[in-house]
Amino acid sequence: MMTTTLYVPRDTTALALGADTVAARLERAARQRAIDLRIVRNGSRGLCWLEPLVEVETPEGRVAFGPVEPEDVDALIEAGLFEGRQDHPLSLGLTESIPYLKAQQRLTFSRIGITDPVSLEDYTALRGFEGLRNALAFDSQTIIDEVKASGLRGRGGAAFPTAIKWQTVHDQPQGQKYIVCNADEGDSGTFADRLVMECDPYLLIEGMAIAGLAVGATQGYVYLRSEYPVAHAIFEEAISRAYRADYLGDDILGSGRAFHLEVRLGAGAYICGEETSLLESLEGKRGLVRAKPPLPAIEGLFGRPTVVNNVLSLAAVPFILDHGGRTYADYGMGKSRGTLALQLAGNVERGGLVELAFGVTLRELMENFGGGTSSGRPLKAVQVGGPLGAYLPESQWDSPIDYEGFAAFGGVVGHGGVVMFDDSADMGDQARFAMEFCSVESCGKCTPCRIGAVRGVEVIDRIRAGERAEENLVLLADLCETMVDGSLCAMGGMTPFPVQSVMKHFPDDLTPRQARTAGGTPC
Amino acid sequence: MPHASPQTAGAWTPAQIQDVIDAHKSMPGAMLPTLHAIQDRFGHIPEAAIPIIAESLRHTRADVHGIISFYHHFRTRPPGRNVVQVCRAEACQARGCRQLESHVKAALGVDYHHTTNDGEITLEPVYCLGNCACGPTMRVNDDIYGRMTTAKFDRLAEGLTATVVEVK
Ligand SMILES: Cc1cc2nc3c(=O)[nH]c(=O)nc-3n(C[C@H](O)[C@H](O)[C@H](O)COP(=O)(O)O)c2cc1C
Ligand code: SF4
Ligand code: FES
Repeated sequence: MMTTTLYVPRDTTALALGADTVAARLERAARQRAIDLRIVRNGSRGLCWLEPLVEVETPEGRVAFGPVEPEDVDALIEAGLFEGRQDHPLSLGLTESIPYLKAQQRLTFSRIGITDPVSLEDYTALRGFEGLRNALAFDSQTIIDEVKASGLRGRGGAAFPTAIKWQTVHDQPQGQKYIVCNADEGDSGTFADRLVMECDPYLLIEGMAIAGLAVGATQGYVYLRSEYPVAHAIFEEAISRAYRADYLGDDILGSGRAFHLEVRLGAGAYICGEETSLLESLEGKRGLVRAKPPLPAIEGLFGRPTVVNNVLSLAAVPFILDHGGRTYADYGMGKSRGTLALQLAGNVERGGLVELAFGVTLRELMENFGGGTSSGRPLKAVQVGGPLGAYLPESQWDSPIDYEGFAAFGGVVGHGGVVMFDDSADMGDQARFAMEFCSVESCGKCTPCRIGAVRGVEVIDRIRAGERAEENLVLLADLCETMVDGSLCAMGGMTPFPVQSVMKHFPDDLTPRQARTAGGTPC
Repeated sequence: MPHASPQTAGAWTPAQIQDVIDAHKSMPGAMLPTLHAIQDRFGHIPEAAIPIIAESLRHTRADVHGIISFYHHFRTRPPGRNVVQVCRAEACQARGCRQLESHVKAALGVDYHHTTNDGEITLEPVYCLGNCACGPTMRVNDDIYGRMTTAKFDRLAEGLTATVVEVK
């Protein structure tokens, strides 16, 4: 009897929309019909709005159906799901031909959704660990030079050249060094780190092992947010399989080289995404931001030279070592080389992961990929780069996305989150929330941030209640300047960006008549 | 998976706490893994465990207090049988989480950081669960729910209470 192969993703979003129930119903239905069914719990393709996206293997390739709710399963089967027939309204045709996916340039995310995330066979069948094999044959400087040639800049927010950071750690005297992966992914609207860890975990393991070889570090830590239980489970499983197959351990692939890896969970503190706060937290302390210098590359974890890189920076490395830094650098524009993982979120019709070379415009992204708002109402503002990023009005949607271009108008590319808001959004609420978030998440080390954020909430409340609004707007502007100029780190230093952007571009929302009781609720 | 139920959550002994600490204390930077392990097992970090932690990990009690209170995740009082978290962050705001959170608070009759009178549900805020393309998002214990509506929440809450009745 022929086996029918189905794919039902198991990333957080698919699970949050009922993928486990869908899989269970499919299994039950197959039993009832005496069909020999194999269900692969793959990762997500990153087409979040279509989750759970069920795929069926056919001679022509994998065909997709989505979004599949548990209640749809019976009707789908009646319409010939198991045979791959394309008659049901949820049918999407060949997965690879879905325009949203086809139009992307997937270098880092080339495997997500295709494979079973913890299957080493699946990973190696699609060039997995080829980069590591090359790295094992190179000397450490050659690895760093390859990363230098790629032009890769950190994807965690600050866009610092990855190779320079690695070189600094490499050049420190021999001894204990560390690779720390920043998987705190605290920015609202971002989920690309999560997709790597849930859908292609060996990619991150490979990237970290290569980093270890490059700088002479034998121990790695992944600092993962505790808000990601699914990523935690999948990644731990991948680590233990990688150890068993000698991709980690004292003797990687028989090379005599060692690399060990461990996950450490955060505990719900946004500031612990800031690299020095993260290191404090890893050491078991409160996550108070450290003054720099010393740089973590010189005195990092436990006082030792440490590479701190975002998940996406490390996940870009296996491609670079496999295909060459130049190939990666062929993508992109100006000083922003390679691809960027953009994440469409918020009030968007087709939210998901869009990996493209730098240079696409926000408008193309939000319209061609995103399909506008999910509410169907006009788009009003978009926040790029997380809670510390400005709210961009329509006049700023046409510049190509690259680090320098965005910086030129006060925008932040950050970790690539794109959060869309329709015209029902009250930007006064959003400005207030920026200050509120900072007051909840500030590490408390410096006054402009700790006190400024609390004052910011109060002043915005007064403006909206109509108490001496003019005067208080001036006060708010001053307060923002004080925070920008006087804060030790970007938490306090950038929290004003969203606030200032609302004052500048959406001033009508910061007036007494907009004051509403439904404003941000204090927690 | 439900968190430790109130019955087991209340029940801890210094020896059990010591066991958990001993299983972690040789790790570099053992504090957070230890605190996580204690909270995972007992539902919270009992105040009376703090001197034991301090002693074993060579910190002052004040240090341990400071660390626990710095992190939103850690709690020193037992939670309800279920922990419900509502995502309050921007991408969920853009999809109506402000209305959802008002509804949840009203339906449960509690504000954030509080537990319903029957001890069933502790309500907590959370800032992003990584489901930002399909919000509003909530987490109930270790399960995440997307595209939440007030009606979906009501069904979910009913289910949580219903399971309890079955167990009894
Ligand atoms: C308040 C704050 C929060 C941050 N959160 C994160 C985060 O969640 N993930 C991340 O990779 N970087 C975050 N960063 C940036 C890190 O400090 C650091 O620049 C980054 O981890 C370096 O890695 P990269 O060079 O690979 O980007 C944050 C920075 C600040 C100021
Ligand atoms: S700006 Fe805020 S978060 Fe950063 S060091 Fe100062 S108090 Fe801490
Ligand atoms: S903002 Fe709510 S899940 Fe990310």
